[in-house]
Amino acid sequence: MAWQWFHRLGSPRWFYQKTSGWLPWLALASVILLVTGSVWGLGFAPEDAKQGNSYRIIFIHVPAAFLALAGYYIMAISGAIGLIWKMKLSFAVMRAAAPIGAVLTFISLFTGAVWGKPTWGTYWVWDARITSMLILLFLYIGVMALSHAVSREQVADKASALLALVGTVNIPIIYKSVDWWFTLHQPATIRLTESSSIDPSMFYPLLVMISGFYCTYAWTLLTHTRALILRREMKTQWVQQELAGEK
Amino acid sequence: MHPVRKQRLILVLVLVALSSAAVGFVTYAMRENMDYFYAPSAFAAGEVPFEKRIRAGGCVVPGSVQRSEDSLDVQFVITDGEAELAVVFDKILPDLFAEGEAAVITGQLMHSGVLRADQVLAKHDESYTPPEVADSMVSHKSCADGAKI
Repeated sequence: MAWQWFHRLGSPRWFYQKTSGWLPWLALASVILLVTGSVWGLGFAPEDAKQGNSYRIIFIHVPAAFLALAGYYIMAISGAIGLIWKMKLSFAVMRAAAPIGAVLTFISLFTGAVWGKPTWGTYWVWDARITSMLILLFLYIGVMALSHAVSREQVADKASALLALVGTVNIPIIYKSVDWWFTLHQPATIRLTESSSIDPSMFYPLLVMISGFYCTYAWTLLTHTRALILRREMKTQWVQQELAGEK
Repeated sequence: MHPVRKQRLILVLVLVALSSAAVGFVTYAMRENMDYFYAPSAFAAGEVPFEKRIRAGGCVVPGSVQRSEDSLDVQFVITDGEAELAVVFDKILPDLFAEGEAAVITGQLMHSGVLRADQVLAKHDESYTPPEVADSMVSHKSCADGAKI
């Protein structure tokens, strides 16, 4: 059957054993990329003609915001797969993605505020970009709260997946807010379709940081999902064996 | 695909489509409140109420900034390429406020057509350039050249 591989993929045991080997490599790649990117971006990239050194917050702010948005789709699509195929693994990924996304959203809001004071002259304004990003933080926190509010796990999974799916409408709004409306936040610097308005000497360390954040995200998501799987499958034989073997 | 799963897939897609449509309609209905500020052409068209706290945004016209000799008072003109708006302000301007750069002003529109500001924010553009590159650029890219504010 064409769908058999998909169902095998949904086995928590298969996932747990398969991903064990990936973790050290992802961790290694994350450390190398983040250290290279930080040293390059903070120490060697030139300063900006107008903003001086305060622009260097871009090396944290932009990767965190990228992953906050991409991570929402990971959470919502996992929720959808869980709803459609009743897959336990998929719901575990959804639950694991929520706190990581919330932290990344908070980082991008916080770094933006720190940068906003010297650049704009204020920490916070209620423009479309910043407000929709705050709604994203509340959506992540809402999914986290809902998934813990109901004691029956299956009900909690379904409810959180529905909330995550409804919230997806916010992602294109965040992304396009700076183009659709007048905002204090500037439009996107990195664009896929046009040339980026950032000098290559600043762009390359930024790319390294973005890939570093992607690796760190993958590593954190896998580690968190694996922990959730162990807790959910606590009573099964393979988990007992797995834990006995690790001692 | 199993018919039950197919049905659930369709339900999920309908849920996302309907919630997107609902939010889309609400946003469209509130489109005039989604903008953080009015452009100078909205002032020229008479869309902005007098003596109410509002925001204006535009490019500071090069050469228009006039500072008072003995106080913090400053006046300047902002533009969106179509219309111009005069602004008066009596506090300290942010560091990145400059001619040819965008600014967002909170204040009240006087009957004289001048905006009396109580807060001025600098709006940074999306370009990032090292000083040497910025200096060597023949024509410095300015928001006055008609770039989107």
